[in-house]
Amino acid sequence: MKQIVTIGGGIAGIEASTTLAQMGYDVTIIEKDKNTGGKMNEWNVLFPNERPATEITDYLYKKINNSNLHILTGTTISKATRKPNGSYSLLTDKNEKLHADTILISTGFEPFDATKKEEYGYSIYENVITSVDLENMLRKGQPILTSKGKKPKRIAFIHCVGSRDAKCGNKYCSRVCCVTGIKQAIECSRQLPDSEMFCFYLDIRMFGLEWEKLYQSAQEEYNVQFIRGRMSEACENQDESLIIKAEDTLSGLPLKMKVDLIVLLVGITPGKGTKDMASMFSLEREENGFLHIDDPHFGKNYSSKKGVFITGTCVGPMTVDETLENARSAAVEIDNYLTKIK
Amino acid sequence: MDIPFFAWPFLLGITFIIVFFIIISIIWITGLSGIDRVRIRKNFFTVKTFQAIWEVFRESLIHRKMYKRNPVLGYMHMSFAFGWFLLIVVGHIEAAVHYHTLNFPFWKSIFFRYAETNPPVTFIAKAFSAASDFLLIYIFSGVFLALYKRFNSKPFGMKKTTHLKTGDKIALIGLWLIFPTRYVCESITAGIYHNGSFFTQPTGNFLASFLPLQSIELASWWVYSLSLAVFFFALPVSRYMHIPVEILLIFVRKYGVRLKKHVNGYTRIQTFACSRCGVCLDSCQMIKANINNSQSVYFLKQIRGRKLNDEQLFNCLLCGRCQKDCPVGLDLNDLRITQRIESTKTYNSKYDYLKGGISPQADVVYFTGCMTHLTPSIKKAMLNVLDYANINYWFMDKDEASCCGRPLMQAGQYEAAKKLIRNNTEKILSSGAKILLVSCPICYQIFNEDYKLPGVKVMHHSEYLLELVNQGLIPTIKLPVNAVYHDPCTLGRGSHIYEPPRELLKNYLSLIPMKQEKEDALCCGGSLGNIKIEMDERKQIRDDVLDTFKSYNPDQIITACPLCKKTFAMGTDIEIHDLAEVVWKGISRKEHLDKKIRLPI
Amino acid sequence: MVSFGFELLDSKRIDYNKSDGRLLNEILEKEPSFKRCISCGGCTATCTAGSLTNFNIRKINLMLRHGQTEGLEKEISKCMLCGKCFLVCPRDINLRNVIMLIKKGVLKYNTEKKKI
Ligand code: SF4
Ligand code: SF4
Ligand code: SF4
Ligand code: SF4
Ligand code: SF4
Repeated sequence: MKQIVTIGGGIAGIEASTTLAQMGYDVTIIEKDKNTGGKMNEWNVLFPNERPATEITDYLYKKINNSNLHILTGTTISKATRKPNGSYSLLTDKNEKLHADTILISTGFEPFDATKKEEYGYSIYENVITSVDLENMLRKGQPILTSKGKKPKRIAFIHCVGSRDAKCGNKYCSRVCCVTGIKQAIECSRQLPDSEMFCFYLDIRMFGLEWEKLYQSAQEEYNVQFIRGRMSEACENQDESLIIKAEDTLSGLPLKMKVDLIVLLVGITPGKGTKDMASMFSLEREENGFLHIDDPHFGKNYSSKKGVFITGTCVGPMTVDETLENARSAAVEIDNYLTKIK
Repeated sequence: MDIPFFAWPFLLGITFIIVFFIIISIIWITGLSGIDRVRIRKNFFTVKTFQAIWEVFRESLIHRKMYKRNPVLGYMHMSFAFGWFLLIVVGHIEAAVHYHTLNFPFWKSIFFRYAETNPPVTFIAKAFSAASDFLLIYIFSGVFLALYKRFNSKPFGMKKTTHLKTGDKIALIGLWLIFPTRYVCESITAGIYHNGSFFTQPTGNFLASFLPLQSIELASWWVYSLSLAVFFFALPVSRYMHIPVEILLIFVRKYGVRLKKHVNGYTRIQTFACSRCGVCLDSCQMIKANINNSQSVYFLKQIRGRKLNDEQLFNCLLCGRCQKDCPVGLDLNDLRITQRIESTKTYNSKYDYLKGGISPQADVVYFTGCMTHLTPSIKKAMLNVLDYANINYWFMDKDEASCCGRPLMQAGQYEAAKKLIRNNTEKILSSGAKILLVSCPICYQIFNEDYKLPGVKVMHHSEYLLELVNQGLIPTIKLPVNAVYHDPCTLGRGSHIYEPPRELLKNYLSLIPMKQEKEDALCCGGSLGNIKIEMDERKQIRDDVLDTFKSYNPDQIITACPLCKKTFAMGTDIEIHDLAEVVWKGISRKEHLDKKIRLPI
Repeated sequence: MVSFGFELLDSKRIDYNKSDGRLLNEILEKEPSFKRCISCGGCTATCTAGSLTNFNIRKINLMLRHGQTEGLEKEISKCMLCGKCFLVCPRDINLRNVIMLIKKGVLKYNTEKKKI
């Protein structure tokens, strides 16, 4: 039986691996964390239909239970040796030896490190948080409060933090933060019906079929307000509330706004895991740091090295549904490849 | 007069160059301001003149500074300059001893072997003749190095040799011919009259074995004299004009003349004193971003050729690295700023929207600077420390304040900068404060150099925090952190603040010494001095600097400038902090350990 | 009446047919990064001169694009060249060079106009 090793046990890795296992391959998932599921474990509900993230993980765990595969959690690869026929022998940090006829990399992403945008005040000002922090609060059912324990009267969501920003070296759009921000603004507004929500955006990129509806409902039902302008910096008042500096570009006037909480909609960046695996398997990366794909139309799961496949957000920003689709397509590509090489 | 015909080209050449230099010096010196001329007059008959002579000896002949920076290059220049100088001096003494008088025809000392064909008999005469042969060999060693440099500039530490103009080429040919032809003439004469020494005599004997020396002797001396003449006549339009101008510069500078904010005679002197040695190319980090047409040597060349354009004039970080290394000691930063002032003076801003007003009374005025608003962590740390130490301060640019004016000054907008200076001065003085505390070295430099703030001490926060530590107003705690300290250009080379940051930091962490520190610190690449450089080019410079830091394996990189911090932060995962943050972190840690009070972090 | 931004504009609509693109072209040639502006407003928001006046550096870009150079000389002279704008620009535009080029260029075109 052909053996496949998947590196990264997030949703992409699990979806692809279980699909392959059901096709009859011998699949092993290597996951560096204690649990599989990756970033999905930190999410509360998903856009556009507010499906609880646990439904996704439950679906994947059920799939795992129904397939015959090996999962090594808390494990990383410490050495990879390529053989002439394109297969690999791997060594884990626990000194386990693995053989792989092919490798699937699904190391996922890291949210942009918001401390890098110092002018936004993350980790300097108490009341500046990221979308990841907010999602965690919502997931744990914690009330949304300011550092002083008060209900925020006004929350600002800042779009494109660490995306579309040459200063951070991330010139791409992260694709999911616009819709995430609007989803979170709706959730906050539901919890704090008397508070104001403002989104500071550059462009609202709602390309999913149902997303525009979400945008509209944010305006109509939740009174979320949209200001077209990029926050240049935030300052803190004595009472730890914040002042946002931006330009309302549509009226062409600079704007100052006092808010109680700032939520930075952090972008998707290739994580350390992706970088490490790229160097371990000598895969090419794009200027933006994501893994290079062989062809934007026909080879989205092919890396720059034959026999090493790639899937999920290690390739670029993707939504959850796109990730799952991409993972299934990876399974098909791997099946094709393994059938051909025999 | 029995001057042989062949000596005339030389005599005309030397007369020409002396007259030319005297005229040009007069023009330049009359182009100085009245005060500067008084300075020269007053200092002329003082010890300063002797100091200047000593400096001329050290720098123009021995090339001490260049030697320190690059021994091979220094040796090359020294062998030419000092060798030739000695050759002339020895020639004169030899002639004087020979004729028992100082009053002998000038040409005779230059063409001594031709004039005096009797073989040296006395020990002294032999010694002189050996000395001049030795000097010839000494100069030849330099000529060979120079030839080698033409083909391979690596051993000279130079990435790029400078380009040559036609005038340079002519003078260069002249210069290169002078010593070989002299060698040949003297050998030929020695071959005939046996008046040579250990180097020229054997050569002469060898030549005599197959050449009719008698018939070519005169011709060879003609060639020698013509080479000298070519060199002297081409000198004013060649790079070698720097030799006499540098001497003039050394004197004028010694007398206390300084650059002004407008072009004057001294600017001209400095411009022409550049030796085109190319040392500044080596110092310049812009090469890392493939910018290699606007460095000081090219910039000065453009001024001399009246071909200066904005693209090159404004493409310089004003980091001061080349100025520090320039063997001639040119004030390259100020020279460039002066040119920028000239080039932009038709469009200065008035800022008539600025309002005066009454400032709150305080002991300390805190001016954080435009940039620091984009690094709130520095700002917050400073405010926390000030509150902690119970300082009565006024945060002058909390919001709606104007810029210090330094970026305008760097861009040559001098008149505009003066408007901001006036407005800020009024505000600072009316607060009654004794200390002006600034967090940005860019501001610090202009507050010190161009503001007149009587009774107010301008302090960068590194100096101020050190004083608070020394007065026991803030606690210290040494954390187990190994850091490198990056000297910001404007604080280090710009304002010569090297020790206070280090002394301060040593109380809170351990510093790893670097080769690239203090005077030799690198520029982060973010400097506002450069108006033209693209962000991608800045990033290349920055990444190169970060690689240098990384080679020292620091846990943290500490700096003292918001702009440096901001520039570095995006380029690395190593923590970057301003020293104010280090101090505040130390205080909070200490307080936390002592459990005295809860502090905001 | 509130004054919205600065009054570079006499007419009620932008007339591209009458626009004078010479200054813009000269600037774009010398500072091509200026083409990349996405009008995010970050520069105006952070602007030191903008916090003291109604100076709007982003709008100057638009005005230039529309070929409106009337009043530009006075407007651009408000900038203090502090450099905050280029530190926040997400498109890495070298705005200080743009400003210096406008300052110089506008003078040149205004004198040309006067001669005519
Ligand atoms: S999805 Fe929206 S917020 Fe995210 S990077 Fe793209 S435009 Fe910006
Ligand atoms: S500016 Fe100074 S370092 Fe540069 S070429 Fe001239 S003399 Fe040499
Ligand atoms: S000041 Fe700095 S950037 Fe400018 S030429 Fe000298 S070394 Fe290069
Ligand atoms: S910050 Fe840059 S991209 Fe944004 S409006 Fe200003 S110039 Fe344009
Ligand atoms: S450089 Fe000029 S336009 Fe840019 S932020 Fe400063 S004052 Fe504003």
